[in-house]
Amino acid sequence: MRKWLSKNIIRIYAGVALFYVFIPVAYTIVFSFNDSKKRNINWQGFTFNNWLNPCDADGICEALGNSLRIGFISTLISTVIGTMIAFAIGRYAFKGRSSVNLLIFLPMATPEIVLGASLLAMFLNLGINPGFWPTIIAHVMFCISFVVVTVKARIAGLDPKLEEAARDLYANEWETFRRVTFPLVLPGVAAAALLAFALSFDDFIITNFNSGTVSTFPKFVWVSATRGVPPQANVVGSIMFIGALAIVILGQVVNRRKVR
Amino acid sequence: MGDEVSKFVQGDLKLVNLTKEFGDFTAVDDLTLTIPKGSFFALLGPSGCGKTTTLRMIAGLEEPTSGTISIGDKNITDLKSYSRPVNTVFQNYALFPHLSIFENVAFGLRRRGIKDVKETVMKALELVELGHLKDRKPAQLSGGQQQRIAVARAIVNRPAVLLLDEPLGALDLKLRRQMQIELKWIQTEVGITFIHVTHDQEEAMTMADTIAVMNNGKIEQLGSPSELYENPKTTFVANFLGQSNFLQGIVESESNGETIVIAHGIRITMPSSRNNGSTASVKIGVRPEKFRIHFVGSELPGNLLIGGVVTDISFVGVSTQYMVEMPWKQEIMVFEQNDGGAPNIKKGDQVSLTWEPQFTFALNGE
Repeated sequence: MRKWLSKNIIRIYAGVALFYVFIPVAYTIVFSFNDSKKRNINWQGFTFNNWLNPCDADGICEALGNSLRIGFISTLISTVIGTMIAFAIGRYAFKGRSSVNLLIFLPMATPEIVLGASLLAMFLNLGINPGFWPTIIAHVMFCISFVVVTVKARIAGLDPKLEEAARDLYANEWETFRRVTFPLVLPGVAAAALLAFALSFDDFIITNFNSGTVSTFPKFVWVSATRGVPPQANVVGSIMFIGALAIVILGQVVNRRKVR
Repeated sequence: MGDEVSKFVQGDLKLVNLTKEFGDFTAVDDLTLTIPKGSFFALLGPSGCGKTTTLRMIAGLEEPTSGTISIGDKNITDLKSYSRPVNTVFQNYALFPHLSIFENVAFGLRRRGIKDVKETVMKALELVELGHLKDRKPAQLSGGQQQRIAVARAIVNRPAVLLLDEPLGALDLKLRRQMQIELKWIQTEVGITFIHVTHDQEEAMTMADTIAVMNNGKIEQLGSPSELYENPKTTFVANFLGQSNFLQGIVESESNGETIVIAHGIRITMPSSRNNGSTASVKIGVRPEKFRIHFVGSELPGNLLIGGVVTDISFVGVSTQYMVEMPWKQEIMVFEQNDGGAPNIKKGDQVSLTWEPQFTFALNGE
């Protein structure tokens, strides 16, 4: 018995940990099939209706649409700017590099509530009303930090000899970047973009301060929580989860093919 | 940038007063050197001697502090690395991990705007006998295979000069031997000037026609492998290429091309042409394999050291190595071929050492 336990303790522990982590996910997916009208707390019976009509809950699809729009635009802007900053910090020694490094790190270390409130105060001082674009500006700001950190790690792992080899093989600066540097950094950029999108889509606190009357999906869930979250919210949550899972699995499969 | 590459630049590579400083440190110190077209040239030296910096300056990856680099009549000192008719085989190969073997080899040709690369690339891959791996990625190849691809990727461009930066350092001994022979063969086949940077004296001697031994940013001695080995001009060269025994002595006389040196009271004769010292105090050098070991009383003619005692014997297959302690407490290393010619000597035996005068060399004494 002791021997069996010492042999399997890691597996048991892993099983328990995974179970713990997946309870909320499983709950969300199961209750997306709940045949309830408003309060999605007690099990009322199985139905596909929520999945067939996800827009039935008032305002959910508008909120989702806003979240996706904000997510895509913020991701695009923060990935482009963040990648450029990462190259600057990772590749060039310039005056003030370490301060830039610190400043980039700051938004990650600052409490969101502080960021959100300060941004709102700033927008109001500048005479800008909260809404769609202020939200995007706020999202870009905190997403950039994560993009920079992710891409910088990839650049740091890049062998500078490869770029020297490209130059040695008649590639000028631009061609070296296009043919060698960028393709090798691209996986890092893709990871950064996914991370930025997830952060933007998920954000509630900063969005709540700066979006004004524009509804986003997290805001929708928060507001409806007082009256009872409709099962359609579970449908959207399940789709996001399955989508993320699909991307991870696809990545694994592609990677395995590459190795083979 | 094909149009910018000086394709038709050919000729000897000339380095004139080439200097590279990193802050206070002088990596390459006023180096002047001509490397004839089509030769296999080795830059040999310990790490930090400036050999790699020299190579990087020729490649255009490092800017010289002063001095010029030219190929034939063309001064290439200010050309960017991608405009030079020079290619490099990097130390850890630096193959592009995201490109197939074929695309790796085709890289240089494509950048020069050559459209039909297939035949040229396949020819280069056949030269290194790896045509069948053209669709693989570099990570799927063994170290030896990657090494050959790195060579193919460089020579496919037919540069005027090919630079090899410790290209065999990452391979195991057996593979290294094989690649030494192969590289030498490829060089003869393509006729490109090869400049090989290494810290491995055996590698340099096996492959190169001419070796420049570098130390502290300067060339200590330049010559064929046998010249460097048989007649080293400095203590550094004598110790860096193979092993040497040194006897401290004073030049007694010099006449008829023969120099006589007294070391520890012993008269040593040597050809004057092999005295590389400029002072009366000299260091006599003898390579361990030039000695013959004898029981007292059965010595051969030539220079003679008597009164030695064998302190250690190690058998290393082709030869036996003896440590012989001289009356003045200096240990002399002696290599004897295991061809049955050497007497059956045991540890603790009294022995004499002889060698022929023409194998002696002399350097400045201490």
